[in-house]
Amino acid sequence: MPSLGADMEAGKLTEWLVAPGDRVARGDIVAVVETQKGAIEIEIFEPGEVAELLAEPGQTLPVGAPLARLRAPGETDEGAAATPAAQAEPETRPDRAPEPEPVPPSAPEPAREAEPPRAPVAAGGGADEAMRASPAAKARAAEAGIDLGAVAGSGPGGAVLLADVEKHLAAQEPAARKAAPASRAPAKPGLDMAEMRRAIAAAMSRAKREIPHYYLAHEIDLQKAQDWLSAQNATRPPDRRLLMGALLIRATIRALGRVPELNGRHEGEAYSPSKPVHCGLAVAMRGGGLIAPAILEAQEKDPDAIMEAMRDIVARTRSGRLRMSEITQGTITVSALGETGVDALFGVIYPPQVALVGFGTPRTRPAVQSDAIVARLSVTASLAADHRVSDGRRGATFLAEIDRLLQEPETL
Amino acid sequence: MNPADLRAAFVEDLTAVAPDIDPDSLSDDDHLQDDLGLDSMDFLNLVSALHKRFGLPIPEADYPELATPAKAVRYLARALAG
Repeated sequence: MPSLGADMEAGKLTEWLVAPGDRVARGDIVAVVETQKGAIEIEIFEPGEVAELLAEPGQTLPVGAPLARLRAPGETDEGAAATPAAQAEPETRPDRAPEPEPVPPSAPEPAREAEPPRAPVAAGGGADEAMRASPAAKARAAEAGIDLGAVAGSGPGGAVLLADVEKHLAAQEPAARKAAPASRAPAKPGLDMAEMRRAIAAAMSRAKREIPHYYLAHEIDLQKAQDWLSAQNATRPPDRRLLMGALLIRATIRALGRVPELNGRHEGEAYSPSKPVHCGLAVAMRGGGLIAPAILEAQEKDPDAIMEAMRDIVARTRSGRLRMSEITQGTITVSALGETGVDALFGVIYPPQVALVGFGTPRTRPAVQSDAIVARLSVTASLAADHRVSDGRRGATFLAEIDRLLQEPETL
Repeated sequence: MNPADLRAAFVEDLTAVAPDIDPDSLSDDDHLQDDLGLDSMDFLNLVSALHKRFGLPIPEADYPELATPAKAVRYLARALAG
């Protein structure tokens, strides 16, 4: 169970997207976990073959607990069986035909330990273990104070699975349980607003506790960018139009080329600048709350590609599923108030990042040009940055570079 | 399409973009951004949906005419007639 947030202690597995015997490649989505940020797709970071699933859908596991056992390419069954979780030692024997059945013969399927096991397949089901039930089922039954013998099992050999226990419990108290969720339709499936508020509080408290913030603000003339945008959009159908936000993000990412130390992660005592820009985007949830998933490898994306990525990630943040990498790998965050906000925002850095760029609501303001006062669209850009990594002078260079880039929108 | 049909179609696309909006309590004069909290991405998604449904170009210059359900129904009726 990966950690998907500063205060996350446990996560609930909701769905497996792989089965034993499946081959997986780095980056494949293997499972869905329910978290404070809604349902998150879990990616795998090692190639191999799924040897065994150790957790059942519906089960809540502490962070760090193994979800499945992975056989590295070329690894034998014996090697895999001795190695818990995804820590399989890779051996260099490619193209070995996969064994069809990874479950060791001595261990009946449901006889694993309830807690994250060091050796999940060792126990073999004690002889005095009369009731065949999965660890999750046992734990849930104990928690609810019910007798497993009263539960009809649907697993292998009639073993009781977690789903069976849940079904049994639901049947015992049908009215009370069913009525509750229907009364309040969440904006996004699986999203608990109180949990999200706790997650925001944990991350922001850590930021204010650990990060010595400094703040800068700079007013940027957006008239040229707006004129260019309007001319572009006049020739495009609605689903290919750009928003100003895409230009602001593109300019921010480009400006990191001049002040690269603002892009990275400060973990533990050490700061690691990042070459790729995984640009977090603060997305307000309708109904309250905030999630800042990252557009991965954003440095490669032109304004159209940024716009496409924004559409996709905003939609998935609000009503679909984000991927684990998107919520854990960000290297900088942009927060823009959009069209109906106020003049400026001063952000709180999202740890372990070291900078947050804020854009207020663009407005037409009086500007001085060649001794005349003219009406120009402008925006207040702000930077909250980590003094452990950079100073105000570098931050100022960064905001000035964003300004310069936005004066040449056609080159973005 | 009569105004009632246009309104139903508009509300269908609006609630697809913002599923938390209750069609029954939606007022014809609710401002999409100020009252219903649509941001620029939501609004663009709504324009895209209306574009697909009605085949209208809906240039950016016309966006203010979609500011409320009442205005939008009048705009769509006029654009479809013209």
